[in-house]
Amino acid sequence: MLVDLPGGWSPLLGRLAWSQIPYANPILAPLFVAVVIGAIIILGLITYYGKWTYLWKEWLTTVDHKKLGVMYIIIGLVMLFRGFIDGLMIRTQQVWAVGPHSSGVFGSLHGYLTPFHFGQVYSAHGLIMILLAATPLLVGFMNIIVPIQVGARDMAYPYLNALGLWITAAAAALIMISLFVGDFAHNGWFEYAPIFEMQYSPGVGVDYWMWTLQLLALGTTLGGINILATIIKMRAPGMTWGKLPIFVWASLASNVIALTSFPALQVALALVAADRYLGAHFFTAGMGGNLMLYTNLFWIWGHPEVYFVILPAFGMMSEIFPTFSEKPLFGYMTMVLASMAIAGVSWLVWLHHFFTMGAGPYVNTAFSVATMLVGIPTGVKVFNWAFTMYRGRLTFNAAMLWAIGALFLLLVGGLTGMMLAIPAINYMVHNSVFVVAHFHSMLLVIVYAVFGSVLYWFPKVFGFKLDEFWAKTMFWLFSAGTVLVFVPMYMLGFMGMTRRLEYVFNTAWQPYLDVMELGIVVYTLSVLAFIVLLYVSVRDHAKNRVGADAWGTSRSLEWLTHSPVPFYNFAVLPHVNERDELAWRREHGIDHVRPEHYDDIHMPNNTGVAIIIGALTFVLGFALTWRIWWLCIVALLAIIVLMIIRSFRGDPGYIITGAELQRMEEEAYRREAQIADSHHIHPVSGGVVGNAMAYQRNDSSK
Amino acid sequence: MSSHASTVDPKKAELWDTHHHSHDVISTRTLGYFLYLLSDGMLFATLFAAYGVLSYQHSYFGGPTPAEFVKPWYTFAQTIALFLSVLAYGFGMNALKHKNKSGLINGMLAAFVLGVVFLVLDIHDMSHLYSMGITLASSGGMSAFMVLTQVHATHIFFGLIWILVMIAQVMTKGFTEETVGRLLTLRMFWHLQAVIWVFVYIFVYLWGYIS
Ligand code: HEM
Ligand SMILES: [Cu+2]
Repeated sequence: MLVDLPGGWSPLLGRLAWSQIPYANPILAPLFVAVVIGAIIILGLITYYGKWTYLWKEWLTTVDHKKLGVMYIIIGLVMLFRGFIDGLMIRTQQVWAVGPHSSGVFGSLHGYLTPFHFGQVYSAHGLIMILLAATPLLVGFMNIIVPIQVGARDMAYPYLNALGLWITAAAAALIMISLFVGDFAHNGWFEYAPIFEMQYSPGVGVDYWMWTLQLLALGTTLGGINILATIIKMRAPGMTWGKLPIFVWASLASNVIALTSFPALQVALALVAADRYLGAHFFTAGMGGNLMLYTNLFWIWGHPEVYFVILPAFGMMSEIFPTFSEKPLFGYMTMVLASMAIAGVSWLVWLHHFFTMGAGPYVNTAFSVATMLVGIPTGVKVFNWAFTMYRGRLTFNAAMLWAIGALFLLLVGGLTGMMLAIPAINYMVHNSVFVVAHFHSMLLVIVYAVFGSVLYWFPKVFGFKLDEFWAKTMFWLFSAGTVLVFVPMYMLGFMGMTRRLEYVFNTAWQPYLDVMELGIVVYTLSVLAFIVLLYVSVRDHAKNRVGADAWGTSRSLEWLTHSPVPFYNFAVLPHVNERDELAWRREHGIDHVRPEHYDDIHMPNNTGVAIIIGALTFVLGFALTWRIWWLCIVALLAIIVLMIIRSFRGDPGYIITGAELQRMEEEAYRREAQIADSHHIHPVSGGVVGNAMAYQRNDSSK
Repeated sequence: MSSHASTVDPKKAELWDTHHHSHDVISTRTLGYFLYLLSDGMLFATLFAAYGVLSYQHSYFGGPTPAEFVKPWYTFAQTIALFLSVLAYGFGMNALKHKNKSGLINGMLAAFVLGVVFLVLDIHDMSHLYSMGITLASSGGMSAFMVLTQVHATHIFFGLIWILVMIAQVMTKGFTEETVGRLLTLRMFWHLQAVIWVFVYIFVYLWGYIS
């Protein structure tokens, strides 16, 4: 029943053999050396400074949602960088390998990447950017912000939260190791049936792809359950549904999508595994399999997934615009309804990814109309943001610039999406780089919102602001890169350039490809600007310290507690009276009223179990990829046994006494008093035009 | 819409949660588990969809079809075993209401034994098919048949392990907030698997038998 394996297999090592290590590859071998040296340096530094216990106690075993969120974001940024390098490689290959006279090196006829290697690069790029960069970044922000915004001390299930993080980390590790041990999939990030079948893809690439995704799906489902339960169960007293901050609503909508759609992906992948490991015939071309079943199952998850990632980004924009327009969000209720509508409709449109399947005019029309329906709630959101800014007191700091950039990209991406939703147009441009440009516009909305949020919430988490000059420099470089890369890409799409070309046959396209290469160089500069930004900000952090309400104009609960947020979030949970509770308290001059009296609070203990289970899931994924059966069994058994042991032990948690709490709080207040709040802005309501209120600055000098 | 239209008097407003409501651990747990079960339900829904797509005549590629080997009475025995198991679990939970530890453990044990009966019948069935040369590699249709039924059986298998763990926990720890919460979530799990079995029985076995 088990399939025949091409190549060797041994009981001890499975398919693993020395020949799988690409030590002769002129790109990977030096990279491997660099990675090893880098790792040795980092590990050496940690040892030198004696930070291992600190790392283990404070980070690796933590169940604190803020630290877990920070680690999610670090994973996301590292993978964003890896994905960016992949993108750089793709662009460089395409600008190089144009026309029959283009040169070739490293064993490639044209350019510097062989078709097989090029395929791996773009497949990894897509998977990484969507699932290992965008998703962890957004999950990280939801992790940090949602519990504080609903006025809770932690997530509903802190231990599960840690588990989700470490499973995601295991997935990241799995895709990273595929660089140096074996190959990665080369058939695109969403794969095609039947090319991923054993017969056509005999290597381990598809297996790496499959298990990486499977782990991610698991981690994301766990995270989604946690966030949903946190929002439903952990809201502070007085926070009714109508007072929920809009980012929380967005997270709710987003995770409803995650919870319901990821199982479809898990099944699709499991069925691929059945085909590849057990010789089943779900997606084979003969023997009664059905090729398009795979495509349908994948996109039944795939389209909701794109809304899963964009909704939190919408939520972030909905926090940034009001803060820097000094006005409440315009149309709160419509915003909530729009998020929910998007979540619902996202389920009804998956077929627009393969109109060319040829399902017939009625099916295609139905899905076309359903797809265009998404434009309505999306348009509602765009108008709401615009009206939020209308007659507001706008502050164009870096966070606001990123949010406005996101708004522009949303317009471009949304309108090109509408074009693609028309089957007649879609038949022309499907699988062209026009599609690639469309979804990059969309995914860049997320990247822009994330960078805006990094700037916006950084002071909350770390207690000091990031440097404005370098943040703006980075923004403008990044935006220049975006224009230079994606405008020519839209044009090339119209000219008929198909996606994923390892060799570009039409020399007339060269100028456009040149501009795109220039764009990627500018992007590289923005990456450098980001590094400088971090360096400068950390260097000058003493100057940029902030109090609880870092921007002076924010509106929701997270700005009520100290910056950096203490590990218990709120010494006494706030009682919520209004929708924008902090703005309301500030307007009435009661934002500095402290609780009179502190009670004991109960906190969860740290645990090493989560990271160990995470490591074991990595081992499991690796063993499955290489078909090392004994190791699979060992890892699986170890996971089950650990879970049972943990369930026997439970977590009694620990108590912080009221007195201790009071001492910590007083110290935090003292620290905050030292930070001179020289520019405090107090918005007051002015004239009202169509519900769009204008604000004037209080004369702070009086 | 805006805070200036506020109805709360800021001078008298309550700003901090003074009478702390400690949130209810059991209901938070069961909610989370319910959400997980939703995703489990979606998992089966997807598998059923795949089965629907792969249960045409041509999906069996001229090979064996369920109509040729399904014995409705045999599977009906499985149904009875599983439902009795759920019933026994229900009696156990009833004993929990009366803080009756031995009653609970007896109910759980009965549920366990009946679950094992279900699983043994399933394994016997599968090995019988295997001996006839019918496996999931026979055709696309058989792949869908096997995977759907065996994913359900795997759920039952893990449920059985969980029942054993819970028996041990109740024996060693008694009825704590944690164990009671887990007994409730396990009950939800066990019931859902029985409900899904109804669908498996009707749409895979009975439907397969008559078509
Ligand atoms: C106004 C809403 C949107 C519409 C009408 C829309 C429409 C479409 C259509 C019709 C396609 C298929 C093109 C083809 O392959 O021929 C497509 C592809 C795609 N869209 Fe969108 N889209 C929308 C929003 C989004 C959002 C919010 C995202 C992600 C954040 C997104 C990401 C993608 C991706 C990743 C693909 C292609 C995946 C691939 O083929 O590799 N789209 N979109
Ligand atoms: Cu789509």
